[in-house]
Amino acid sequence: MNSKTRTPLFHVSKRGLMPWYKTWAIRGLGLLLAVIACGLITTLVTGQNPLQVYAAIFNGSFGSPRKIWVLLQNIAMLLCVSLAVTPAFRMRCWNLGGEGQALIGGLAAAACMILLPGRLPNWAVIACMCVASLAAGALWAAIPAIFKAKWNTNETLFTLMMNYVATQLVAFYCVVWESPKGSGTIGVINSKTEIGWFPQIGSYKYLLNILIVAAVCILMYVYLNYSKHGYEIAVVGESERTARYVGIKVERVIVRTMLLSGALCGLAGLLLVGSTNHTLTTTIVDGRGFTAVMVSWLAKFNPIWMILTSFLLVFLGRGAGEIATKFGLNRSFGDILTGVILFFIIGSEFFINYQIHFRKSGEREGKGSV
Amino acid sequence: MFDFISFIPRAVVQGIPLLLGSTGETLTEKSGNLNLGIPGIMYVGGISGVIGSFFYEQSVETVQPFAAIAIPLACCILGSLLMGLLYCFLTVTLRANQNVTGLALTTFGVGFGNFFGGSLIKLSGSSLPSVILSATSNCFRRSLPAAEKLGAFGKLFLSYGFLAYVAVIIALVSAWVINRTRVGLHLRAVGENPNTADAAGINVSRYKYVATCTGAVIAGLGGLYYVMDYASGVWTNDAFGDRGWLAIALVIFTVWRPNVGVLASFLFGGLYIVHMYIPSGMNLAVKELYKMAPYVVTTIVLVLTSMRNKRENQPPASLGLPYFREER
Amino acid sequence: MEEKIPAVTMRDITKSFGSVIANDRIWLNIYRGEVLALLGENGSGKTTLMNMLSGIYFPDEGQISIDGRDVVIRSPRDALDLGIGMIHQHFKLVDVLTAAENIVLGLEGKLDLKAAAEKIRGICETYGFEVDPNQKIYDMSVSQKQTVEIVKVLYRGADILILDEPTAVLTPQETDRLFTVLRNMRDDGKAIVIITHKMHEVEAISDRVAILRHGQFMGDMPTKDTNAQEMTNMMVGHQVALNIDRPEPVDPKLRIRVKGLTVRSVDGILKLDDVSFTANSGEILGVAGISGCGQKELLEAIAGLQPVEKGSIEYLKDDGTAEQLVGRDPLSIQQMGVALSFVPEDRLGMGLVANMDLSDNMMLRSFRRGHSLFTDRKTPRQLALDVVEELRVVTPGVSTPVRRLSGGNVQKVLVGREIASAPTVLLTAYAVRGLDINSSHTIYDLINRQKKAGVAVIYVGEDLDVLLELADRILVLCGGKVSGIIPGRGAQKRDVGMMMTKLGGNAHEQ
Repeated sequence: MNSKTRTPLFHVSKRGLMPWYKTWAIRGLGLLLAVIACGLITTLVTGQNPLQVYAAIFNGSFGSPRKIWVLLQNIAMLLCVSLAVTPAFRMRCWNLGGEGQALIGGLAAAACMILLPGRLPNWAVIACMCVASLAAGALWAAIPAIFKAKWNTNETLFTLMMNYVATQLVAFYCVVWESPKGSGTIGVINSKTEIGWFPQIGSYKYLLNILIVAAVCILMYVYLNYSKHGYEIAVVGESERTARYVGIKVERVIVRTMLLSGALCGLAGLLLVGSTNHTLTTTIVDGRGFTAVMVSWLAKFNPIWMILTSFLLVFLGRGAGEIATKFGLNRSFGDILTGVILFFIIGSEFFINYQIHFRKSGEREGKGSV
Repeated sequence: MFDFISFIPRAVVQGIPLLLGSTGETLTEKSGNLNLGIPGIMYVGGISGVIGSFFYEQSVETVQPFAAIAIPLACCILGSLLMGLLYCFLTVTLRANQNVTGLALTTFGVGFGNFFGGSLIKLSGSSLPSVILSATSNCFRRSLPAAEKLGAFGKLFLSYGFLAYVAVIIALVSAWVINRTRVGLHLRAVGENPNTADAAGINVSRYKYVATCTGAVIAGLGGLYYVMDYASGVWTNDAFGDRGWLAIALVIFTVWRPNVGVLASFLFGGLYIVHMYIPSGMNLAVKELYKMAPYVVTTIVLVLTSMRNKRENQPPASLGLPYFREER
Repeated sequence: MEEKIPAVTMRDITKSFGSVIANDRIWLNIYRGEVLALLGENGSGKTTLMNMLSGIYFPDEGQISIDGRDVVIRSPRDALDLGIGMIHQHFKLVDVLTAAENIVLGLEGKLDLKAAAEKIRGICETYGFEVDPNQKIYDMSVSQKQTVEIVKVLYRGADILILDEPTAVLTPQETDRLFTVLRNMRDDGKAIVIITHKMHEVEAISDRVAILRHGQFMGDMPTKDTNAQEMTNMMVGHQVALNIDRPEPVDPKLRIRVKGLTVRSVDGILKLDDVSFTANSGEILGVAGISGCGQKELLEAIAGLQPVEKGSIEYLKDDGTAEQLVGRDPLSIQQMGVALSFVPEDRLGMGLVANMDLSDNMMLRSFRRGHSLFTDRKTPRQLALDVVEELRVVTPGVSTPVRRLSGGNVQKVLVGREIASAPTVLLTAYAVRGLDINSSHTIYDLINRQKKAGVAVIYVGEDLDVLLELADRILVLCGGKVSGIIPGRGAQKRDVGMMMTKLGGNAHEQ
């Protein structure tokens, strides 16, 4: 209206489809910037040469064969929870309860290990653990699912609350089963008899977990992309009305998918208790239920890409831990770096979906879009 | 006999951080942003205040009450404002997924709090794993002069630090702004239907930015109140716990009404500590079960409101969705 | 006309969405004291052009001037400040707010709803509207909502009004009333733009007509100097036959029998009240009615998507046995062997999945087939290829998400899929809404082919001209009740219009 209204400097418009290599180039660039930013931050805080910092990050994951095994084990466990929440996410059902579902699975496994020896042989204990963990995780997810299906109760908040109910339940049993008395912790279960401990493949402690999760990953990929159930999940996620219109029983799909989601979280808990730690604490899942949300989203809910994204997050986490010990920083520094990296990757999605047009000065040329 | 006179003030001080957090989150959600970064923001708000006050206490001999309050307050506001801006930049300007951004913000915020908390603990050379700022805390905790004399009345209503009253005022003012003013009308429109608001000439991005950043600052004050008043100026890593999530739950519990939040937050505060007041004999384990109460109650409220399905009690219609004017 | 300064001049306006050029160097003048009809097929860029005037979109290139002065319209607020008000096709109202709150939305100053309500009543009296300022939008009918929209623009003192297909949701009587108001405003010296593709409305209301085709400006002229044929030619580029084929039904057999059907919405509002009728094979039953009179509920009840309070819906097989459809969901209806196809009104929200590609959308109906745990991808892909070829769907390929297709092509995909399952009953709701003339005729042909194949077609339409030419019988709904069932051949538009607004129309009085 007045003289200062001129054409805006730039404006944003939606992009057409982009070839996949371009999208991954943009994400790669975002990651690169993130790594540079993290290097800068670390240098600022510690005064170290950034190259040394990067070396330390790399060292944290690949420094020794043991570190590589720990890396792989951590990737497997994070991937397991991520795979678990993915079917729900594909259905646009925000299951933020992976943490609690895995914890309850772990609790069920620990209960079997503590209560059953003496009554059942080792193989039967392990079988009971498998069944109990998966069922417990599934149950924990089914409660919010049933309410969502029936009354459209907000599942994001419901599952979130269930995490803390699970945590308190575990805290309760940690006191009930405490060993030694008064410690408030359970300690290593059956450390002498090793009943309920999952068998070790050769001399590799973590190999069993890694193989199981790898198998789950492939099965999940096939399930989501090629099965009838997977197709139903996709339709319900895109449009519930369309799903009803073609006769899909939406409520049933929601409950079924959440059962699957919870059961796989239960599996993660089972592996953590039965195979990795042989004990139970309230922090055994270590925030993986939340990290899994980011792993799954960053991979666009694709199980195969999730191997990459969970590697990325575990790699950074362990690298940050290494920096922390090497340069005498607090371990939480890793969370800061992870946060910074996530911000960059989240931000880079913008440039995949949108483009910015800058107003051209001077005379008009051809069309300005890419 | 259950000791209400000592229970209620403790419930109130437990409730105030939740009240600030939920008022902030309500403002944010009214603009259509579901900020799951609130727990992180509350950590940042708390630690920023602690950092400010730590260096102030280190640099002077005797603390001036005004500076002792103003410096942490300013640091807290700045810290949480930056977090709010970051969230807005990613979700509003860059239109990123709100759930993922919020969770990343929480990871970052909790890490930020614990990292600098840890660093300060190291700096202070304390043998305990905490930073103690009693001088500052005394300024924050100064209660109304008449509190002591008025017996039970004084204890129930007047015994709190000034931030507690500020929290209640903020909640009531927020409710008034949302329901009675033009800004509130526009804010509700943005959260319900940004397309319509935009067509009516309302600057959707600006409202989202302002509401979310204001919300972040208010929530950040919750973190500050927790350290300076509730915890008597003692920062311990992870002590703030999961109160941020409880604040988000409180938003649902109050069906997006900050004025209802005043009493509801005290109820939540009560539920949070009720396990200390119920005799459980020697069984420590049962206390862990009592700690479940607030979460179980929230879940029940969540279920009940969704079952009643009243139009006015539903979340803002565009909650969690990014807005792009030229969407097609 | 030459001596007048245009209220709005748009020069060289270009706008593209991704690779689609919606507006290509368009020039347009809008004058005060004149109603301009902006005419064009769907997808010709009318709404996009006007959205740039009202600040919803920003042009890639070009210049807009108001009263001869160059301006930049960056936002709807800029547009409002310049006196430009637009009434959108999809109402821009906030459901949980009241009429008054919606009307003052976006204005400055202290919030005084009482004073606002007074001013609203004043405007209503001037033009003869009826609005309760304190009523919530979610309690309002479609025409009430439109009234709120118009009052909103007037409340702001806009003198350049743009109406995007305002009559699509109105009865003929309501349309007449709207046109009277528009004429009053024109005589008041306001500039009015009405977007439409109904030729008779152009002739009835406009002083000047501007025509767009495929995003390009084809020309403008005074309405009195042109005629429907010429405008149609400019709009579509070549002459099209306006006649719709209506073959005689061959061997009609009773297929669907609805008795005393009563349906309530989730809010408890009576949507269908004691509706009874029959539909025969080899016949098209047209359903006419003002929008929101129960058409949607009727089709959804038959398709098993709507809970029924009372009444029965029977499907009669060739051997005469009747199957009850009430109380069944779509899946069990299908499993009963009832081949029922449904083309719903909301294509991308219900009939198709917008983000899935063509072949995945074809799978919606067939994915359950067979006992394998896995889906068969080859057959749907072949079906998609066939539909694309047979119905001449314009698409880069069968792996393009359907949301990237234009409205007409989306509808072809949907109808193509529904017909592919060889139905015995075909339900269609507003099958040609938003489609251009060519696409509409393709759809009419498809429906007629189904009719010839012995399918019982129930066709819910909004364009009476089409219903009168296409349907064998016409069922008129009014406020959820059957206002009458008349033969399509020889039916008069005026009579049907009256039946839509009043139970039984004039028939009973005469």
